[in-house]
Amino acid sequence: MPPPGAATNGRPRAAQRTELVRFATAGSVDDGKSTLIGRLLFDTKSIFEDQLEHVEETSRRRGDGYVNLALLTDGLRAEREQGITIDVAYRYFHTPRRKFIIADTPGHEQYTRNMVTGASTADLALILVDARKGVVEQSRRHAFIASLLRIPHLVVCVNKMDLVDWDQEVFESISSEFAGWAAKLDIQDATFIPISALHGDNVVERSHNMDWYEGPSLLYHLEHVHVASDRNLRDARFPVQWVIRPMTDEHHDYRGYAGLVASGVFRVGDEVVVLPSGIETRIAGIETYDGPREEAFPPQSVTLQLEDDVDVSRGDMICRPQNRPIEARDVDAMVCWMAERPLQPSGRYRVKHTTRTVLAKADELRYRIDVNTLHRDEAATGLELNEVGRLRLRLSSPLFLDEYRRNRATGSFILIDESTNDTVGAGMVL
Amino acid sequence: MTATPASAPNILRRDQMSYEITHLRALESEAIHVMREVVAELERAVLLFSGGKDSAVLLHLARKAFHPASLPFPVMHVDTGHNFPEVLDYRDAMVADVGAELIVASVQESIDDGRVVEETGPRASRNRLQSVTLLDAIEKHGFKGVFGGARRDEERARAKERIFSFRDDFGQWDPKAQRPELWSIYNGFVKPGEHVRVFPLSNWTELDVWQYIREERIPLPSIYFAHERDVFRRDGMLYAVSDFVELLPAEEPFSASVRFRTVGDMSCTGAVRSTAVTLDAVVAEIAATRVTERGETRADDRISEAAMEDRKKEGYF
Repeated sequence: MPPPGAATNGRPRAAQRTELVRFATAGSVDDGKSTLIGRLLFDTKSIFEDQLEHVEETSRRRGDGYVNLALLTDGLRAEREQGITIDVAYRYFHTPRRKFIIADTPGHEQYTRNMVTGASTADLALILVDARKGVVEQSRRHAFIASLLRIPHLVVCVNKMDLVDWDQEVFESISSEFAGWAAKLDIQDATFIPISALHGDNVVERSHNMDWYEGPSLLYHLEHVHVASDRNLRDARFPVQWVIRPMTDEHHDYRGYAGLVASGVFRVGDEVVVLPSGIETRIAGIETYDGPREEAFPPQSVTLQLEDDVDVSRGDMICRPQNRPIEARDVDAMVCWMAERPLQPSGRYRVKHTTRTVLAKADELRYRIDVNTLHRDEAATGLELNEVGRLRLRLSSPLFLDEYRRNRATGSFILIDESTNDTVGAGMVL
Repeated sequence: MTATPASAPNILRRDQMSYEITHLRALESEAIHVMREVVAELERAVLLFSGGKDSAVLLHLARKAFHPASLPFPVMHVDTGHNFPEVLDYRDAMVADVGAELIVASVQESIDDGRVVEETGPRASRNRLQSVTLLDAIEKHGFKGVFGGARRDEERARAKERIFSFRDDFGQWDPKAQRPELWSIYNGFVKPGEHVRVFPLSNWTELDVWQYIREERIPLPSIYFAHERDVFRRDGMLYAVSDFVELLPAEEPFSASVRFRTVGDMSCTGAVRSTAVTLDAVVAEIAATRVTERGETRADDRISEAAMEDRKKEGYF
């Protein structure tokens, strides 16, 4: 019976089959990234009238001379006052096919830290290049970060084509230079699109100013790029988050292991092993509030029940006996440093990996990588804010790791400063 | 129980698409993951429940996250004393249905204790006073993880806030010193006196919330559906006539068919004209609307360009 005050909600309609796609945007100063995002939001009718009025009014007050769509994405007071972007901002729009989450990362200040953050969850990276300036240092850096975080798809928008007379040669020369760099980075899928964010060419609709371009518009590409197959469905990994024990009469002996499927597919009846104990058992059931399931796959949050009464707690990993992660006390990883206080040689940190947190000691910095040239500086002894290097960590107790390139969920970790509790590093297991 | 579909309606069949998951189920799964992380890592958690649609979704997700166990945390209502009566009825019914413990943190008590001074006049609102009541309650109960239903699409300052939003000893949010949030690994480490506000619905939009409510058949307070009500017009918005608002001389009450798009204090929550009496009709109106919910119906966000940012820094929801 519905509670008083509650209205009848009627019957649910057929499920809407909209897929979730996350992408990160990166650009240099003034290359039109905010305008492009504003344009995407505007042309997909994701901007509301009061937001648009607000932008129009602010544009007038600032004397921009046009409706500055870039203003849509400025969130904080300091940003509006100083005309800068401080932090990663998240934007949302949808089309009938897909719902998009944009992680909008600023190009200048703390660029690496912010882009790494935005890129960590992205299915796709959108990088802007100014057609007049071509591939600049920042473009190369953005591509490097996209590859470091192993974002499966890269889209390079060559923007401001209107300012180079819609010239095909400009576009092709930039594309081929960028493609050369991308090849060095082991980027599998890169798409190049000539656009004018300001005028909307090739953003939502195909441009009539560039008939020589035969590819899709940006939005069409975003709507059709295949992201579901990017998940790792081979390696079954289930980090146990929380043990559900209702202790009620009805569920007296119930023990369920709640978590989110990190990768792979789990089915009822599957033989599994619980790490670190190594005890083998079978999946007795996959439970949800909406009833039992036959199988579970990423990124579903479910509760597993096991056939045998084994001791399982948070931080344990359930996987298949023939396909296990590496149990490691030492870990080699690419680490991006994210704090003002530099990485301390032999400093102590907490490592949080899936649902397990252990202590770690920075053992050895193998090299620091110059994100602009890919040069490896083996003489480096520390990492400063926004620097990336290969670090060896010694762990207080083992973690169950996969290579990041194979598994983004079980190959990633964060470093937490023991004294400040700040998140100071992002690690990708090699 | 009010919502128990026989099976998840929304997981696509494998022969149709291989292991695909719709955006609502992906958002649901993310929110459940976040809630379980908080309970596992933070000492004492609490779920803020206003009776609004976002907190209704939050409560529903909490129930899903810990099923078949009961909620491992209490539910807290920051009560301004200026509530819609329908919402209070709804709150009590929902909390009873879930079987959760309800804590009411009262703004009236904060006023009576001299912790805050009430605004006066026709435009008086208790909206801003809530921050003090909320922070006092968090401190009193020693809550370390505080679930809120805020979404990033609501407002520009919120667009930059983390899912795990760290608060210092004074309950303040410092937008420039936020912890980076990577992958789905959340850092919930806090020191004594500090806490984390947690927003499991961060990545949901208003339309997602409504579509989810429709799919899950989550009950809502009746004021979300069109009804006849005495209202008056102020600053281009329609407000409910109530004991909590003084009318200005030129303001004439009249009756209109309205619904509410958000639920807040009666003194600052505006109504929209509507004839939508069913959830489908409401969702259709929301999908077609051209104005944001806060722009349309929340006087508290109209105070200044950075109204939300300022309140958040003070410890607001």
